[in-house]
Amino acid sequence: MNHAPLAAAFVKDRPRAEWHDATLWFVRAKRDKAAQSLPEWETLRECAAQIKAHTQYRLADYLEQFEREATKRGAVVHWARDAAEHNKIVLGLLRNRGVTRLVKSKSMLTEECHLNPYLERNGIEVVDTDLGERIVQLAGEPPSHIVLPAIHKKKEDVGAIFHKFLGTEEGATDPNYLAEAARAHLRAKFVAAGAGLTGVNFAIAETGGLVVCTNEGNADLGVSLPKLHIASMGIEKLIPRAEDLGVFIRLLARSATGQPITAYTSHFHGPRPSGELHIVLVDNGRTGIRANEDFRRSLNCIRCGACMNTCPVYRRSGGHSYETSVPGPIGSILAPAGDPAKFYSLPQACSLCGSCTDVCPVKIDLHHQLLTWRGELGRQGLISWPKRLGMKLGSFMFRHPAVYRMVGAIARKLTPWLPRAVVYNRFNDWGRQRELPEFPRESFRQQFERRQREQQR
Amino acid sequence: MPTVGLFIPCYIDQLYPRVGMATVELLEERGYQVEFPAGQTCCGQPMANTGCTAEARPLAERFLELFGGYEYVVAPSGSCVAMVRCHYDEYLAGRPGFEELKAKTFELTEFLVDVAKVDRFDRRFPHRVGLHQSCHGLRELRLGSSSERMVAHYSKAEKLLRMIDGVQLVPLARADECCGFGGTFAVAEEAISCMMGEDRIHDHESAGAEVITAGDMSCLMHLQGLIRRQHKPLRVMHIAEILAGDKP
Repeated sequence: MNHAPLAAAFVKDRPRAEWHDATLWFVRAKRDKAAQSLPEWETLRECAAQIKAHTQYRLADYLEQFEREATKRGAVVHWARDAAEHNKIVLGLLRNRGVTRLVKSKSMLTEECHLNPYLERNGIEVVDTDLGERIVQLAGEPPSHIVLPAIHKKKEDVGAIFHKFLGTEEGATDPNYLAEAARAHLRAKFVAAGAGLTGVNFAIAETGGLVVCTNEGNADLGVSLPKLHIASMGIEKLIPRAEDLGVFIRLLARSATGQPITAYTSHFHGPRPSGELHIVLVDNGRTGIRANEDFRRSLNCIRCGACMNTCPVYRRSGGHSYETSVPGPIGSILAPAGDPAKFYSLPQACSLCGSCTDVCPVKIDLHHQLLTWRGELGRQGLISWPKRLGMKLGSFMFRHPAVYRMVGAIARKLTPWLPRAVVYNRFNDWGRQRELPEFPRESFRQQFERRQREQQR
Repeated sequence: MPTVGLFIPCYIDQLYPRVGMATVELLEERGYQVEFPAGQTCCGQPMANTGCTAEARPLAERFLELFGGYEYVVAPSGSCVAMVRCHYDEYLAGRPGFEELKAKTFELTEFLVDVAKVDRFDRRFPHRVGLHQSCHGLRELRLGSSSERMVAHYSKAEKLLRMIDGVQLVPLARADECCGFGGTFAVAEEAISCMMGEDRIHDHESAGAEVITAGDMSCLMHLQGLIRRQHKPLRVMHIAEILAGDKP
């Protein structure tokens, strides 16, 4: 995949790109207000970063502690090395109980593992019950944002999808009407489900408990009606103690949507009476990232999506231009760790403005990691040859000041005389929408040297 | 009299000589002796940011050789100074003189505020000015408070501009969004880069700016390219030009 042409295609529909940008900027602005309301915001970020760093450092201990405590509370803990193992475990749990209908609340991990198509291929009906996720599921698309999965859809789009699949009135765009239709539709799915699957926002090593944050209460309903609750989580979701939770809960919703807290913060400690709780701990490349000092901090991520909302590229290129389950700045770090040759363009889809780093509630140095990735991709020979050649020539020129001065002088003297069609040729990407600077007769160094001579006289 | 080693980024040397001369005037006016090591070319940032670290390394080494001996190193660019202070570690960590080099290399506005302790200018610039906060100056060098962080507001560039009689700083809807230049990003992601630039220009226009100024000419070169193509009346000026008394 290559981000730039996908981004260019998104921008081509300019009014839509502007709408997408404005919509996400609105969320960023809400986040700013919510963060401003806490005088201790920067302290909270620092605490969160330190707790996560500590947890990463002692991850093996905390994972074992979590397994012990969760098991004590009656949950069954499964370990999955990769996406395939995770999917197999989930399918096995469903098959052994004869379950054919699964309701899911939001889980980016199952997106990462491509669980839905796997289960569907194996005859299981999977229904995403988060409204945004249900919209994109019906549309046959992946989510374009990790917190706001259908943020790329306008209400007119949702109306058309619901008309087609839920039989709502044609042309209906009233959000209340559409949400009510989704409620009725999902209610039937909840009642018919044989199992509920949730993601996990935080898992607490000390108590063996899970915390799931939602705004729609769909996780709670999804695991309260059927007997089987499956919770899928990446191994980086761990925090050591229950008292650490407050730090993250205060940061998460404020960073994500500007809310002080999500409407539901659900705590699960073992299965409910007469129910079953299965927790699947998934590695899927995380151990490799953890082993790398440069990229370890990317596992601090609590999936709030703030880096997407603030990213000037993401806001204008849309989540689908990244072609990965987690898009935006954090996704551009995680994706190449899995497949550098496929996702080589993502670390370059960034102007290195650093806004993501400053907005991140757990202080991941996102833009520095993206820069580090570029160097890493360079070492792996994954930089395009025109870029590499250009940089080699540039480096040669800059190492030889006489060559640099000569090339500069020729370019400055020659360019103004060239016909416009020659300068603004089809290979000149700068000049497609922009003028080149006006070329001055003298360089700075010529002016400076002349001035020095005049002053000496 | 303290001697300043003047670090003029390559594109300013070749394309915006006036920005360099304005920097010289500002430093000399405050009593500094300015030297321009003629062997300098480029700090290596384009190579480093493209991932061509092997091509960047010799340029970082050259930089240390050329500038290591000065009392201060000053450049009219936050981005190039950030390269030295925040990103040269990869190439020069442990080299004799490198830590000292980092400590004495300054972006122009921070040098004027923090080292030269400038507190007044005898200048007039009766215009509505939009201040573009270039990202590397803002979020790498912390020349101002970025809107994402919950810290007390400050801006070294703003502080200096407020010393100029007649300057009216216009309030922007997005105080510090990136202009979309981003080095090779400007051509590699041309569509996004240009949309980002147009959005910035629109923000400044809506706020009534006559002049967009910034500490980095690279951002302004990109914005100027869009402005000139679209025949807009807006002007761009490097902050050194305004501080040195130039007219739009």
